Amino acid sequence: MTIQAIQEEIVDEFSMFDDWMQRYEYIIELGKTLPLIEEKYKTEENIIKGCQSKVWVHAEEQNGTIVFTADSDAILTKGIIAILIRAFSNQTPEAILEANTNFIDEIGLKEHLSPTRANGLVSMIKQIKMYALAFNAKS
Amino acid sequence: MFDVQKVRADFPILKQEVNGKPLVYFDNGATSQTPQQVIDTIVDYYSRYNANIHRGVHTLSQLATDAYEIARNKIQHHFNAKHSYEIILTSGTTESINLVANGFASILQKGDEIIVSALEHHSNIVPWQMLCEHTGAVLKVIPMSVEGELLMEAYDDLLSNKTKLVFCNHISNALGTINPIEYIIQKAHEVGAAVLIDGAQACPHLKPDVQALDVDFYVASAHKMCGPTGVGMLYGKEEWLRKLPPYKGGGEMIATVSFEKTTYADLPHKFEAGTPNICGGIAFGAAVDYMNHIGFDAIAKQEQELLEYGTQKLHEIEGVTIYGPSDLTRKASVISFNIEGIHPYDIGTIIDKLGIAVRTGHHCAQPIMDFFKIPGTIRASFAFYNTKEEIDIFVEAVKKAKLMLS
Repeated sequence: MTIQAIQEEIVDEFSMFDDWMQRYEYIIELGKTLPLIEEKYKTEENIIKGCQSKVWVHAEEQNGTIVFTADSDAILTKGIIAILIRAFSNQTPEAILEANTNFIDEIGLKEHLSPTRANGLVSMIKQIKMYALAFNAKS
Repeated sequence: MFDVQKVRADFPILKQEVNGKPLVYFDNGATSQTPQQVIDTIVDYYSRYNANIHRGVHTLSQLATDAYEIARNKIQHHFNAKHSYEIILTSGTTESINLVANGFASILQKGDEIIVSALEHHSNIVPWQMLCEHTGAVLKVIPMSVEGELLMEAYDDLLSNKTKLVFCNHISNALGTINPIEYIIQKAHEVGAAVLIDGAQACPHLKPDVQALDVDFYVASAHKMCGPTGVGMLYGKEEWLRKLPPYKGGGEMIATVSFEKTTYADLPHKFEAGTPNICGGIAFGAAVDYMNHIGFDAIAKQEQELLEYGTQKLHEIEGVTIYGPSDLTRKASVISFNIEGIHPYDIGTIIDKLGIAVRTGHHCAQPIMDFFKIPGTIRASFAFYNTKEEIDIFVEAVKKAKLMLS
């Protein structure tokens, strides 16, 4: 599936909820599906700066695509990163670099996109794109 | 007679809804809200007599100068300073601390010691670390107990004739601990050290008497005591303020001229280079008036009741740990807590959706969080305009968040 198609799928899922509480409950559920980072990669340099909670992201190349794993000590953050990883994992570096992140807005998480918000969603997206850029330069 | 509903009517911001719910503002430790009386003072200044001070002969400039100096007098009386020129108006607590730290750079020598407490805010650690790097002085730390109280026996052992400066907050921002500053000041003076007390968190709750305390420096911010942001004060004993070099504007001069005081403008202007926050200073005076009008006895009583009620209600939730002294007479109206197995950030995010403003995170006091081995806490800090009903709403919201998150 393309990033665009996955994003549309996520937007569809979130459109079923009519209040913030259901949305947050779903984010918490998604947090439980997060492909967890191996303990050995939970290093200082894999921590994403700018988050109030700790977030680790690791990226690996597999057959020309990038596979992300991650973890966080906060469950809402885990859910948000799970949504991002679902959209961006197993994609080529080029596709990741080209993709936009408007779907975050559409699923009602716009407030988390504010750069002043301490949860660091913006930093997470930036980090994912940085990995893509790095793998792209390597290949 | 203190009537909380009447008092709340003074604060327009408290009447609004956030995320469709009535606002419950429990982040007073970060900044307090502003009463109409202070807002009116700000509007009046810009509507009627906005002008630069201490230089114009025209009427507006004189009005503004008078109002600014009257505000300084109000602050002087509030803190019971001996002279109005012992009150330096700054941009806030952080600048006040930096002003003193900067001044001590010319006083300290290699091997001198500065003592700080383990309960400090980052803004109270960094200036001293910088000062130590610059002068070769050594930073010592007063440790704390598991209840977040400073260990005075350890403090006694740290003191020596090498100690030149002791720095401690009056009340801890992260835990609410009221520190034994009378003892700290007295013991420091016995070895000839100066003491700087950070009153940022204390001044919303009590009225310090700098002469009775015999403190050398005391600092505070207006925005935590119903005033505007961007203004605060440094109280310094006259002898100290005369000894310290200017902080701003004189940097280049300091290298070429002697330190004779005649070189600089007299106190307090020596430390107030440039156009100050004139409106802020005047509004700071109005905030002091407002708080005294409410009365610090009434404030203390209301806040103590909220603290006791909030503590009791939170303890009813399973898995809650509250940090800081368990003896509530030894802490301010701040409840810093966690719920077992749940990140403070998650709780903060959910209850924000329910209209509740609290602080989550390390509260700029990472060493304290490291001590308790936690990533941060949820901090509810109450002001005199908060109510028990708000605490009920807050506790229900925390319960709801806990249910969602576990």
